[in-house]
Amino acid sequence: MTAPADLRASTPRGGAVARGAKTAFDVKSVRGDFPILHQAVFGRPLVYLDNAATAQKPRAVIDALTGYYARDNANIHRGLHQLSERATAAYEETRSKVRRFLNAALDREIVFVRGTTEAINLVAQSYGRTHLGPGDEVLITTMEHHSNIVPWQILCGEKGARLRVAPIGDDGELLLDEFEALLGPRTRLLSVVHVSNALGTINPVKRLVEMAHRRNIPVLLDGAQAAPHLKVDVRDLDCDFYALSGHKLFGPTGIGVLYGRERLLEAMPPWQGGGDMIASVSFEKTTYNRLPYRFEAGTPHIAGVIGLGAALDYLESIDRDGCIAHEDDVLAYATRTIAALPRVRLVGTARRKTGILSFVVDGVHPHDIGTILDRQGIAIRAGHHCTQPLMDRFGVPATARASFALYNTREEVDALAAGVRRVLEVFRA
Amino acid sequence: MTPDLGDLYQEVILDHNRQPRNFGALPGANRRAEGFNPLCGDRVTVQLEMQDGVVQDIRFQGSGCAISKASASMMTESLKGRTREHAEEMFREFHRLLTGVAGAPDAAALGKLVVFGGVREFPVRVKCATLAWHTLRSALENAPDIATTE
Repeated sequence: MTAPADLRASTPRGGAVARGAKTAFDVKSVRGDFPILHQAVFGRPLVYLDNAATAQKPRAVIDALTGYYARDNANIHRGLHQLSERATAAYEETRSKVRRFLNAALDREIVFVRGTTEAINLVAQSYGRTHLGPGDEVLITTMEHHSNIVPWQILCGEKGARLRVAPIGDDGELLLDEFEALLGPRTRLLSVVHVSNALGTINPVKRLVEMAHRRNIPVLLDGAQAAPHLKVDVRDLDCDFYALSGHKLFGPTGIGVLYGRERLLEAMPPWQGGGDMIASVSFEKTTYNRLPYRFEAGTPHIAGVIGLGAALDYLESIDRDGCIAHEDDVLAYATRTIAALPRVRLVGTARRKTGILSFVVDGVHPHDIGTILDRQGIAIRAGHHCTQPLMDRFGVPATARASFALYNTREEVDALAAGVRRVLEVFRA
Repeated sequence: MTPDLGDLYQEVILDHNRQPRNFGALPGANRRAEGFNPLCGDRVTVQLEMQDGVVQDIRFQGSGCAISKASASMMTESLKGRTREHAEEMFREFHRLLTGVAGAPDAAALGKLVVFGGVREFPVRVKCATLAWHTLRSALENAPDIATTE
């Protein structure tokens, strides 16, 4: 593979770096980069379609983790010794990689957290607690993950504020008129998912941000499912906060990112106290550290950050446009193939989708689908996907969800379809 | 059908899944409990009409997978007319059947419920099969006066 260039050069305000000549996307070669995919489960080749829960890791990420522990392990930002310098450099280099990945303006707008959930909690506890009062409102949507519901419920409960929920249509698309009507004089924050983890809907987030900003309402985007599939440009989207998880992006678990607009982060109080987040401490007074360290109390997940850096390098090394085209093709093929099966109904049929195919089979509970597919080596998720209000909206207790990543193929979709036919046989449905 | 899936989805289980017995509200109930498996979202409500320590009538409601629905359905069938002690004894045997803990189950005491023996090979599904039974136990433990709103 050739050296990575700036992948976001095609986006409006992406750094205008010349695009390096990349090898055209080749799924076979990409599969070769992921060791875990090459195994049998119950005597069948593994078909891993649970990527929305967590994605598999390329060899480069696994090597970065073991390499860090084998050669460079040390605490960061304080050691005077060589190992600490190396660890600190690798940690801070990853911050720059994330900044480039999101096309943020500044490294200090990138805060490392445990994951999307923690990023949202940080905003709720720091920004939310200082900006919300009784009668104020936070607006979310029906298709939010519990991690973008519960932190706001906690905050609203504490502040006497109100959580408002923008409705969606039967296809799983946000109803934009109803949405806009909910942006009111008391709305203090809009927090919305970029790509729904249960439906795959790509929300028109740029438009939502515009609507909110016209009323001076800041916007947090939950990018957990978007970052693995779409090019994300926080300056083009003009969002104020963007949250993502490393492990869904082919990096390690336990590491994630909060992007925050510098102006907002600067004005936000710390939410956790401890080492690394301070400039000086006395028993009388503590001066907090500058951005982003003010929000990174305690020894962070250094290996996780370095692994995330390796994951971003990996993504930069592949032809991302070709990759997105491949993923779109696999999802379109899966949609056609699975929808054509008898007794199957898709849940979530938005016009713009990525990565996710949720479905139910008449007369068969999703958990039974999950078990029967598992015995054929096919890993999917069956359940409410941490979106119980959304399941209620569709009147189902759960769905079966196949979620795709860049290494999945049409052949695997065929295996899934055969698996679902087997479900129908077992249930004589 | 591969033998292992066949062990799990036996015909009688599929039949009770399609046509659950004793499904619905029980107007004369004096004991009631709700069961919930937060892991998978399965819900079940068990209602009992107890008289002199005997299960006069029992019904269940809820949503869940084939295993949980069939288990609830077959539980209601095997408990009607039984004493509370008998019901608790069956729960112990059923638990033994599914987990293999505390020795071999008493097949005669379990009767038709032995079809759930296959669930043991699917550890993540054991809770599906026991949800209704746990709910039953909490219904039995309810004092009659805090029973039903039905």
